[in-house]
Amino acid sequence: MKNQLIIACLLPIWTFQVKAQDAKTILERVDKNMVSKTEITESEMVIRGKRNVQTIGSKSYTEGNQKSFTEYLYPERERGTKMLKLGDRLWIYSPSTDRTIQLSGHMLRQSVMGSDLSYEDMMEDRKLSEIYEGKVQGEETLSGRKVWILELIASVEDVSYYKRMIWIDQERYIPLQEELFAKSGQLLKRTVMSEIEQIEGRWYPKKINFKDVLKGGEGTDFILKKVQFNPTIPDYIFTKASLKK
Amino acid sequence: MKLAFILAYKNLIGAGLRTWLNVGILAFAFILIIFYNGLLDGWNQQARLDTINWEIGYGELRTDNYDPFDPFSIQDAHKAYKSEEFPMLTPILIRQASIYPHGRMISIALKGIPVDQSQLKLPTSFLTSEKETIPAIIGKRMADAAKLKEGEEVLLRWRDKNGTFDAMNITIVKIFDSNVGNIDASQIWISLEQLQTMTGLKEEATYLVANEGYSHEKISGWTFVSQETLLQNINDIIASKKISGSVMYLMLLAIALLAIFDTQVLSVFRRQKEIGTYVAMGMTPGQVVVLFTMEGSMYSFLAMLVGGLVGIPIFTYLAMNGISFPDVTQDMGVTMASRIFPVFGVQLILGTMVLVIVSATIVSFLPAKKIAYMNPVEALKGKLQ
Repeated sequence: MKNQLIIACLLPIWTFQVKAQDAKTILERVDKNMVSKTEITESEMVIRGKRNVQTIGSKSYTEGNQKSFTEYLYPERERGTKMLKLGDRLWIYSPSTDRTIQLSGHMLRQSVMGSDLSYEDMMEDRKLSEIYEGKVQGEETLSGRKVWILELIASVEDVSYYKRMIWIDQERYIPLQEELFAKSGQLLKRTVMSEIEQIEGRWYPKKINFKDVLKGGEGTDFILKKVQFNPTIPDYIFTKASLKK
Repeated sequence: MKLAFILAYKNLIGAGLRTWLNVGILAFAFILIIFYNGLLDGWNQQARLDTINWEIGYGELRTDNYDPFDPFSIQDAHKAYKSEEFPMLTPILIRQASIYPHGRMISIALKGIPVDQSQLKLPTSFLTSEKETIPAIIGKRMADAAKLKEGEEVLLRWRDKNGTFDAMNITIVKIFDSNVGNIDASQIWISLEQLQTMTGLKEEATYLVANEGYSHEKISGWTFVSQETLLQNINDIIASKKISGSVMYLMLLAIALLAIFDTQVLSVFRRQKEIGTYVAMGMTPGQVVVLFTMEGSMYSFLAMLVGGLVGIPIFTYLAMNGISFPDVTQDMGVTMASRIFPVFGVQLILGTMVLVIVSATIVSFLPAKKIAYMNPVEALKGKLQ
């Protein structure tokens, strides 16, 4: 899950062709640091409701930005629920009903397990270079780190967020914050990466807070427990048959 | 017949308390039947009128892919229309959106309607505003659910035709009170022109509401749903309520009729000498049967009288002042006024009278027909037969 979020936010910047050469260079460096061909992660999603806090554990397998498979491990209610993303299609398997359903249309706009993240947020797999134009807006200090501020404006019509702002650590080439905006300029969502650690030679955020800023509450945390970069993932993982296994 | 009527009347009055107990329970059943059906008729009449005035007009012309029972159909349910081609229709555009009152997210149906429309009772004239925010009207239930007040601003988030998010404040300029939950719960109404601009769906609508003068001719891409089809839900609810309610009052009527039946059986058994005397004095057995049947059916006439004396003041009061009902049913989407004025039509009253009289007469006749087979001499002697 965490991986998918990072991918949704950052992976597509790999081939980002912004008008400003600086922005392009920065994003390429970020990509080099963050993106691996395949990943296996174990993570926790902490969803803060009005009355309670729910922690959902999951294990995810990711290949590029087109394929991902997630299995929920706990709590008991969610255990065995599986999610498969292949390109622009998403299936969810529920063990209680023993049914696999494909999410489409408005169902993709629903919240994932009651979190601040929608399925659609996880589904964006187009390269940002194809849908946004970017430039370096300036520099500032964020959480004690010097950062560049990148502004991305949609260059095509069919994007969910018209504008994105990304704060990138100048030393470690890792995004520390991202904000998503509506056409009117209204801030809609904010992602904050923290607990940056060096894992297998890469700087990587172990905690991501994803927040729908229009709602109350403290948002949803994704906490990375374990991560493996470039492991070999069998092909059968990314098949519908693996949902029922 | 006149003699039979007088004799029957005297016999009944002479029976005293027994008669009045039978009459009482029959009168109660009579009042209950009229009250319950009158209440349902009143509900039906008000619900139909409110639904026509607030929601459906004289039918709806829907885009082919719009299904009001499938929220997932809303995304693609919009089609271009030319207002000059549809002068008799009020266009309405529906989009899905979210509002964020007091830090909560509520999913809503955002509906655009012409500000100058007069087909529906929605107070759309309030949708013109000089303010920078978008003027919006909502129903009482929506206001309660979102805890919104008139004049309050709330952030609205929607998507344009390409799926791009946009957000802006709306101002609640009017909270209307309607019995029709379908145009209220989880809905926000804004100017059609405004919504078309916001979403980039110029000159497009999801459905159009017909007025009285509209006569439908087949239009490609649009499906007309008649007023009667749209009211079918209400008809079905009322029909179902009538059937379930009838079980209750028919049981009560059955108890009353059973009491009459018992009384008749007892009369035929205990009044054999009297029967024999009638025959000895020249009455045919058939005339005696008529006499006893008349006695039985006279319970129903007396019940009408007592029911009238008790019921008319009550019904008159209820018809004038109505009966208050909680809002729960409206919140569930059932169109029901918070105060229902029962309708006691002539057809209902006459129908109930016929039902009570005929059923009382039948149950009176069944024991009395035994008289026709009696031996008059044995009867006169009072011997059991």
